[in-house]
Amino acid sequence: MSSLTPTADQNPGSFTRAWSGRRRWPVLSVAGGAIASGLVLLPLAFLLNQAGRSGWGEVSRLLFRHSTAVLLWNTARLAFASTALCALLGVAAAWCVERTNLPARRLWAVALVLPLGIPDFVIGFGWVSIDPSLHGYLAALMIMTLSLYPLVYLPVAAGLARADPALEEVARSLGLGAWQTFRRVTLPQIWPAVLGGCLLVTLGLLAEYGAFEIVQYQTFTVAIFTEFKLGFDAAAACALSLVLVAIGIVVLGGELTLAGRNRGTGTRPREGARRPSSAVALGRLTVPVLAGVFALVGLALGVPIGALVYWLVHGGSTTLPSASILTEAGHTAVFSAAAAALATTLAVPVCALSVRHRNRFTLAIERLAYLPQALPGLVIALGLVSFTIRYALPLYQSTLELIVAYAILFLPLAVVGVRAAMVHASSSVLEDVARSLGRRPVTVWLRVTLPVIRPGLGAAFALVFVSSATELTATLLLRPTGVNTLATQFWTYTSDFSYGAAAPYAAVMVAISAVPAYVLSRRVSALARIGQS
Amino acid sequence: MPTSRLPVLLAPLLLIATLALAACGSGKSSSSSSTSGGASLAGQTITLYNGQHEQTTALLVKAFERQTGITVKVRSDDEATLANQILQEGESSPADVFYTENTPALEVLREHGLLEPLAHATLASVPAKYSSPQGSWVGVSARASVLVYNTSQLSPAQLPNSILELAQPKWKGKLGFAPSETDFQPLITSISKLDGPSAAEKWLEGIKANGKVYPDNETAVAQVNNGESAISPINHYYWYRLRDEVGKGGLHSALHYFAAHDPGDLIDVSGAAVLRSSSHQPAAQAFAAFLVSNTGQEVLAHSHSYEYPLRPGVSPAPGLRAFDQLQPVALSLTELGDGSAALELEQKLGLL
Repeated sequence: MSSLTPTADQNPGSFTRAWSGRRRWPVLSVAGGAIASGLVLLPLAFLLNQAGRSGWGEVSRLLFRHSTAVLLWNTARLAFASTALCALLGVAAAWCVERTNLPARRLWAVALVLPLGIPDFVIGFGWVSIDPSLHGYLAALMIMTLSLYPLVYLPVAAGLARADPALEEVARSLGLGAWQTFRRVTLPQIWPAVLGGCLLVTLGLLAEYGAFEIVQYQTFTVAIFTEFKLGFDAAAACALSLVLVAIGIVVLGGELTLAGRNRGTGTRPREGARRPSSAVALGRLTVPVLAGVFALVGLALGVPIGALVYWLVHGGSTTLPSASILTEAGHTAVFSAAAAALATTLAVPVCALSVRHRNRFTLAIERLAYLPQALPGLVIALGLVSFTIRYALPLYQSTLELIVAYAILFLPLAVVGVRAAMVHASSSVLEDVARSLGRRPVTVWLRVTLPVIRPGLGAAFALVFVSSATELTATLLLRPTGVNTLATQFWTYTSDFSYGAAAPYAAVMVAISAVPAYVLSRRVSALARIGQS
Repeated sequence: MPTSRLPVLLAPLLLIATLALAACGSGKSSSSSSTSGGASLAGQTITLYNGQHEQTTALLVKAFERQTGITVKVRSDDEATLANQILQEGESSPADVFYTENTPALEVLREHGLLEPLAHATLASVPAKYSSPQGSWVGVSARASVLVYNTSQLSPAQLPNSILELAQPKWKGKLGFAPSETDFQPLITSISKLDGPSAAEKWLEGIKANGKVYPDNETAVAQVNNGESAISPINHYYWYRLRDEVGKGGLHSALHYFAAHDPGDLIDVSGAAVLRSSSHQPAAQAFAAFLVSNTGQEVLAHSHSYEYPLRPGVSPAPGLRAFDQLQPVALSLTELGDGSAALELEQKLGLL
């Protein structure tokens, strides 16, 4: 593939060239990318508009006080350390599940994703009820790492599932040890997934608020929420949020540099010859590795679930949940599934453009799609309130608006899932073969590209689904009046101390989150079987 | 493998179907009848933005619907978020009535000209000092600011008489507080008004040095109960609700009242207002009137909320100290309600 980043002044026809390359103008992709960008720009436009209303005097007072530096430092050191730990845990867990003969791999494949499906509040409460004195940096680091590592685990597991194991076997047969094989053969193949996951963790920590409250760790978002909740000053809050946008842009640029360094080291996969990887035998390491995975799942999933069980048993308000819990579970499932489908669908053109038609413009679209991850959900939801109330009143507080809000909030997760798969697919030789056989582009997409990126789509779907199922802020602001989800009911009860009554809602939330994780793990194995037959 | 490809192809179809359904659904729900005039209000539908405890509001709404035939759609969220939402919605707000736990959220809407004055009869139902001086919102219920203490660690004799004592070194490591709660700024404002801003700053520095910061009053009272902190300033009703949840066996805390007219003796008021943009003014006014009616106040008094009804003659839940025995500091709600100076002080000290 020729370089697709000529500059305009060097080459007059470059813009068209940039699109075309060896392929036709991707009309659908451009349209899809435009829609995705438009949606992401809505909250950003709101942010700028509101910030513009805030006087510079007030903003500078808020920005240039001593505590801002402290808060920014708290944000930075947590984001850095937590990202590193999430990368380590996520990649190690994914490798153990996908590449070794670890016992009960399918069980772990599901359990390792589930911490994402537990509301922050339950996780925080679980820990604080074990040790009430838990607070500060280390507590925040531990809790955030344990709840965010699935953002790395899931894309990387999907990446490993589609990476060609034959290469690893060749490497090992040529005498490379397990570590060298991993570093020199496996890692380059999953590198986009690793970086993408890390990006999600870092950006997500910039915007995180709820979990830190419980362990009394203050980050920059505290300043933003103070303006919203105690000052009723949306303008100042939005002006402060621009700082997060700026940090987010720096992080996104940094990731691009890291990703670029490894570009081109990917190998051309031979999809036709796919077969299950011959698992690395753990041998004597089985017990320690099993203990490690067990410890991770126990801490990340066991502690919060323990808290739920405690509430159920000891809570004075514990009753059988009302029959409406089924309705609420239905709402959660349908809204989350629709949001996951929408976000994944939007992520495909965004990634197709940035991977296959890489130029400054398409890259900007892709980077833009990550930005919602760096913004507090409240800012994005209020942005949608402000937009729909003015320009789309009939849609205000409709199911559709809520689903679109989820899709915007979690588009970054979908992009990470899809992008890594797209990088992989674009280096595949199969598309060229299909095209040389005279297949139309649509046919090539459906019969060649789609099957290749399917694990990535599945990972994207699962990530968005699970995150939407626990979403609270945007749900409270944008749901149709009178419509409840599991998260809103859970909130209703916990804000009234009725922990016993709240627990079943969180339990059903976790159960629903297990569904896409389970389907995903099945599909990955099914894919392996297809290759075998 | 056609069977395994099917789900992938189905996803966009499923999406389109859901979106189409959603669009239809929203169309239906946005239409609501708006007959006004002297006719009966029965059959009308109003929307309530609710920042009060949901269970109590649900009881109130049920009684109101039974009495008037008006249907109330309830949207619950944190009161500050709702106020921000209404500020964004402006003239197009779907809200007819706004019901909050504290008055600053109502005051900010009044300042933006978004509230319609309430009927005189409604305002006359409760003592004037608990409502908006401009008649923009009415006080519905009240809470007393108190001290919760851990009964295994402290005896009543050891407890402070004034909130000012919490800044003394002897409470180091024993105090917990929730500086980001709406109930907290009035304490700072109160000290500032009585003893001057520098005294307030000194006090805040003192308790910052002494105490542990909790995200909210629910956490503060729970952490005192389990012994993580020994004392914490809270509103009385948090303790009663905790008592209901943990039961007698799990209760290791009790309430303590500061001396009469201490700056720590405050009354926090929950209130309600009618939105100026409401196209159902009579029905919305009827709801506000109901909240302070005898029926509405009795519902409040018998709910799980443990707040004081403000209408004279309605007694609070059994076990609460009588409302007229509370001896709060002589500051008006308006004086206490503007927390901007308190907020700046908290920001200056890094508590927010």
